Amino acid sequence: MAGHTDTKRIGNAWGIAARVLAAVPLNYALTTAITACLARFLPMDPAQASTASTLASFAVFACLALICFSVRSVPRLWGGIVAAILAFGGLAWVSIIAGGRL
Amino acid sequence: MKESLRQSMASLHTWTGLLLGWLLFMMFVSGTAAYFQEEITQWMQPEAAGQASPEQATQAAVAWLEKEAPDASTWFITPPGKRSATTQVFWVPAERKPGMRRGDTSAVLDSSGKLTDIRDTRGGFFLYRLHFDLHYLPVIWARYLVGVAAMFMLIAILSGIITHKKIFIDFFLLRFGKGQRSWLDSHNVSAVLALPFHLMITYTGLVTLATLYMPFGIAANYANPDKFFEAVFPDREAMERSGQPAPLASIDPMMRAASADWGGKAVGFIRIVNPGDRNASVTLTRAPSEAIGSRGETLAFDGATGKRLGASSPKGGATATESVMIGLHSGRFANMALRWLYFLSGLFGTAMVGTGLILWTAKRRQRLPDPARPYLGFRIVERLNIAVISGFPAGIASYFLANRLLPLTMASRAEWEVHTLFLTWGAVLLWAVLRPARRGWVEGLAIAALMYAAVPVVNAATTARGLIPSIARGDWLFITFDLTMLVLAALFAFAALRVLRHVPKAAGSRRASGSAAVMA
Repeated sequence: MAGHTDTKRIGNAWGIAARVLAAVPLNYALTTAITACLARFLPMDPAQASTASTLASFAVFACLALICFSVRSVPRLWGGIVAAILAFGGLAWVSIIAGGRL
Repeated sequence: MKESLRQSMASLHTWTGLLLGWLLFMMFVSGTAAYFQEEITQWMQPEAAGQASPEQATQAAVAWLEKEAPDASTWFITPPGKRSATTQVFWVPAERKPGMRRGDTSAVLDSSGKLTDIRDTRGGFFLYRLHFDLHYLPVIWARYLVGVAAMFMLIAILSGIITHKKIFIDFFLLRFGKGQRSWLDSHNVSAVLALPFHLMITYTGLVTLATLYMPFGIAANYANPDKFFEAVFPDREAMERSGQPAPLASIDPMMRAASADWGGKAVGFIRIVNPGDRNASVTLTRAPSEAIGSRGETLAFDGATGKRLGASSPKGGATATESVMIGLHSGRFANMALRWLYFLSGLFGTAMVGTGLILWTAKRRQRLPDPARPYLGFRIVERLNIAVISGFPAGIASYFLANRLLPLTMASRAEWEVHTLFLTWGAVLLWAVLRPARRGWVEGLAIAALMYAAVPVVNAATTARGLIPSIARGDWLFITFDLTMLVLAALFAFAALRVLRHVPKAAGSRRASGSAAVMA
């Protein structure tokens, strides 16, 4: 149903499905990892860092969603997001294991 | 390169806007109305009138609670304020019995602490809750759904901005009577003119339920989220009941002391833990109308001795930011002039979503292979547009009408007011599905116009507070409410007439102007 101009950039049905998957579930996982990292590493007390990172998380999610629909290559998009999830998620995980939680 | 980025953002804008557009329209309408929830409640309780002293009313409410709910673990009192004449009380019973309902642990009192003989209604509060709790489905699902819609909205706004070449020119460009081009213009004008409001309201809306949507900022630092809330709101710790009875000290001096502490700001909320016990405590919270921040300062007193226990205000920059963001969203701090500006901005948001939904069909109508028989997706969008854009506002008008027309002694009266809204909405939906699309538009809009026009008439016929007596009395709230209904009726009637008189151009002749279709 999408107009003919869409297909040039965003791709066919599979391409769109891959982008939607990247933009919703993968994006949520990455936003979670980034939010957790911010909460761990922002230089303020834990309650304030948790609040600040939560407030910022919606901007992170929205910008990542835009990126998911503007990057040209779907494989590179997926590769980038998965790598970022591993990096930020790993960082938060190590920090929690090493520093513990309240 | 640049052009194709704009195209991909345009498709993103189109589809995120469409998918939950109808829910967003409903959220914009109910949220906009909710800026006047207290005034709507006053209109829906025509028996209540006059002003009350908050201190006297609170003291009277305490006396009522001591009689009616002496063993409750906590009492909550909302004293009358600038925008309301009644006292709301709510209590948490010592033990919760199964099958207990909202009405069993809450009451509306007048300034002398008597149960009011006000008609049973949820008033403007229902429209406020409908905005984010929806209705007929579990609150938690509703809030997730509303959150997804708000995120779609944020993405639609951002991608809409990127799509635009000439955002500044759109301020000044509004061409009437040019079909699709006019819909695009009005979508742009309503979006761009109030763009800062749309961005603010969408983002702060997400923030009001932030920890529900993104709990991992807290989870990263706290194994138990309660620890986080204790750290941010230190006054939450509850005392155990001692079992030794002690009368509650007078509340009036506590309210005066708190108000003096806050530079004259009024008390908006009173929480009494363990009433009638030696370990009773009274916590006063600053009224939300007195400052932007939604998490107001608090002051606690020993309930038995009346001694001051301590003041607290939420600490920390991030907490203060959150508090102001939520305050900006709900606008409780706004005075009347600012409140009308909120209302107008909300109407612009409603118009932005509504024109966007119509634009989707306007743009595709010319490309239909056979305009007489559109494909299923087109027909669904077209019918939902009619049902939501004319049907939901008509439903709200019927909610007001039901408030005046349902018998006062009817069982579950407040619930039936709400059912009326959805029955009307459902009826318009059915109508929109059964009628040809253009007739459906004309008739749906006409129904909405008639219902809004009927509100002042029915009000005059069923109460002593109709438009003319209200003008004679200088009762501005009732005058403004009735006039607003008439203005809405005129707007819907105008829209119905425009659709009725609209002459669609022949399908083929539009192809040439395809350059306008940037947003595919």
